Amino acid sequence: MKRRKGSSDSLLTKAGGELDDRFKLAGPARVLFNKVFPDHWSFLLGEIALFSFILLLLSGTFLALFFDPSMVEVTYDGAYVPLQGVDMSRAYESTLHLSFEVRGGLFMRQMHHWAALLFMASILVHMLRIFFTGAFRAPRETNWMIGIVMFWLGFFEGFFGYSLPDDGLSGTGLRIMEGMTASIPFIGPWASAALFGGQFPGTTVIPMLYIIHVFIFPLLLLALITVHVALVFIQKHTQWPGPGRTEHNVVGFRMFPNYVMKQVGFMLFIFGVLAAMAGLFQINPIWLFGPYEVSVVSSASQPDFYVMYLDGLIRLFPSWELRIPPYFTLPPVFWPGIVGMGLSVMLPLLYPALERRFTKDRGHHNLLQRPRDNPGRTSLGMMVVVFWIIGVISGGNDVFAEKFHISLNAMTWAGRIGLVVLPIITYYVTYRICLGLQQHDREVLAHGLETGILMRDPNGRFYEVHQPLAEPDEHGHTELEYNGWVVPKKMNRVGALPPQDKGFFKSIEEPSENGASSHEEIESGKH
Amino acid sequence: MSAHNDSARDEVEPVDLSDPKLTRFEVYKEGLRRDDIEIIHYEPRFPKPGTKTEKRMERIVSGLFLLSGLFATLFVVAYIWWPWEYEGAATWQDPQTWYTPVLGFTLGFSLLFFAVGVLTWAKKLLPVEELVQDRHDGGSSTDDRKIAESTVDTIVEDMGLRRRPFLVKTALLAAAPLGLAAVAPLGALIKDPGDMYTVTGWNADKYNDGNPVGIMMKDGALVRPDMVSAGGQITVYPAIDHGATNQFPTAPVLLIHLREEDAEILRGNLYPMYQDVDALWGNFVAYSKICTHVGCPASLYEQQSQRLLCPCHQSQFNVVDNAAPVFGPATRHLPILPITVNDEGFFEAKSDFLVPPGPAFWNRPSLPEEDEK
Repeated sequence: MKRRKGSSDSLLTKAGGELDDRFKLAGPARVLFNKVFPDHWSFLLGEIALFSFILLLLSGTFLALFFDPSMVEVTYDGAYVPLQGVDMSRAYESTLHLSFEVRGGLFMRQMHHWAALLFMASILVHMLRIFFTGAFRAPRETNWMIGIVMFWLGFFEGFFGYSLPDDGLSGTGLRIMEGMTASIPFIGPWASAALFGGQFPGTTVIPMLYIIHVFIFPLLLLALITVHVALVFIQKHTQWPGPGRTEHNVVGFRMFPNYVMKQVGFMLFIFGVLAAMAGLFQINPIWLFGPYEVSVVSSASQPDFYVMYLDGLIRLFPSWELRIPPYFTLPPVFWPGIVGMGLSVMLPLLYPALERRFTKDRGHHNLLQRPRDNPGRTSLGMMVVVFWIIGVISGGNDVFAEKFHISLNAMTWAGRIGLVVLPIITYYVTYRICLGLQQHDREVLAHGLETGILMRDPNGRFYEVHQPLAEPDEHGHTELEYNGWVVPKKMNRVGALPPQDKGFFKSIEEPSENGASSHEEIESGKH
Repeated sequence: MSAHNDSARDEVEPVDLSDPKLTRFEVYKEGLRRDDIEIIHYEPRFPKPGTKTEKRMERIVSGLFLLSGLFATLFVVAYIWWPWEYEGAATWQDPQTWYTPVLGFTLGFSLLFFAVGVLTWAKKLLPVEELVQDRHDGGSSTDDRKIAESTVDTIVEDMGLRRRPFLVKTALLAAAPLGLAAVAPLGALIKDPGDMYTVTGWNADKYNDGNPVGIMMKDGALVRPDMVSAGGQITVYPAIDHGATNQFPTAPVLLIHLREEDAEILRGNLYPMYQDVDALWGNFVAYSKICTHVGCPASLYEQQSQRLLCPCHQSQFNVVDNAAPVFGPATRHLPILPITVNDEGFFEAKSDFLVPPGPAFWNRPSLPEEDEK
């Protein structure tokens, strides 16, 4: 208590000393504090998934206190009037209880669901960033594969999670999963009987999915996330090319305090957005769906968005059934459901190895590529994106048909044809766009920027004045090499006419009060 | 991998840490040097401390923190005291309708204000910096590799893995069944699917002591022909214990009372196997409600086109043609339940379905009758 105000520094030193005596931290802690991270907004997409996962663990723990994964048949007599007297499973009843009779229960349920959707969405976007910039190349193939495995763990974690309430919609999802399982050659019916403890739906599947959902998969995800992040740490993050950036260094800012503060802020931001969404936007109103009954379904039965492409493929696949009379049948759902899912797991897993094989590029790459600089890969990626989007749209084709007054069958046929034709067109178009962008970069490097100033020579010919980016030779050409990073395309990128005002509410037209000072900055070379 | 150590940092001399004249920052920079980090650019955001702009920025950040605390307090207050208990049909004027939105609004904004505060602090108050660190990519040094190799070799040699191949082989031989033993308990999940796909609740021998199974509605009321008007349809279940529950997932049937002209067309189209057992009763036909694609209820009945539609994957079945699939991914017709009316005037099933209802499965027998027109 006698300690004076000025001695707080020495208190910190003392605490540090005590810790170091015990754990020998001074060296490793310094390395951690000083570690340099490259800076770019696109490097933070994976973080969104990490932060959503943390929120999923927190909100999920709350839900587990009240949810009862039991298939025991009960008669509802809770607060929600329209379902009073209805027979349902204990799982569904406890979810209703959680939503209506637990303080803040609905808020937590909705937060959990929104966080799960954001988790999957951010993984997808993060994956696209990694793919299109070539960040998966050596030495990071392992981490790419871990990421793909985590996507699929998340996929089933989410599917199992929303199956737990045993409501009318999720039961339909399980029904489809049963149909897919039973279609597998040789083991299908046995696999289905093992999964459902006999005939679908049985009474064992919800408790089984529950233990997978709350223990096994979260544990696996936690372990893999740890390895994933540790590898990013050990291998050091990739960076964009640019001045002073090479394959052998990292240019950026320090872990402490800069990076950590921004991460904490970003995490709280994601939490805040999810909390606001949980309170303001309804998600999965299970009380409207009623308990699961095998004979009841409504139209507009859509799974969560990350499952939709698979459902869409199942809708689009033609009625091709392979029969081997008299004993065997290979149902149509096998192809999109089992083979389609298998390919969606295997192709991304193997992609880094395939690209290595076909490009014979075995070097290490720590500098990222702009998508335009690898048109082949970019076009392949866009093919997959378009294929996936058609799948997702087809997964909701009944809703589209209804809302836009299109024939349902026309939607299906459009999806079938689109699935085959559009990816091919996409490949071609993307390739051309990449080449065009490349060409324009080279053009600017050789001839300079378009200034928008039109001149007329004595012969009456009009031409546009170009601003060369370096001292031109006698033909007006500059010999600048493209270094894989943004080439300035506008005059104000090289210091001319900067925006006079950066204010959000003021028009740019308005003369700036501090115009003079910003002009000084240009001259001192800050812009 | 030493070729790239060409940066200026090799020229930076290590400092003598015992020198008492060293400033804090010089000691700090020695740490950076040891981690192969070089400062390219480092300057305080506000070169003159205590300027008006800096003070203003500080006030903004602390204001954000205070707002965050205020909203967090509001959240806790609302969580405890806002009326929340659901009482039937609440309108928007009842406070409990707003419980969840209020929670989201207060907690969300509390977190957002704190987040923006921290981010502003980081972006507007921390020094402007750019540093470059050596990557040291591409494996360990040759020395390290050599030592590691010899270490592993010594371990292998000590164990005699090369000299004692028999030991290795027997160990592997034992490990295989041990691995199997580790997963074998999962076998407890295995169950014989038995007749689960082929026998339904309509099976008289299994579920009704050999007596024909009656047809009931969900509430247990037995069904008479006069309960369905022409052109109408109802979902019915086997009149046995729990017949209308999920215990009999392939039993639900759509009982349709066709109009005379439609029934005539259907009778003309009827597959021989259904003709043989006289599967219809009058103008009544009973189709399995479980889609033959992946098992959703094919329950949307479109009277105009006489189609049944499954809302899950849009398979469509022609009601006047044995419910054969006409569009979508389904490949087989919805099986007809042969029905009749007993002496008391109630519907009953003549037998179970003639072919397995519901989605196909790998060892589903493909009967030639199904393909017959």
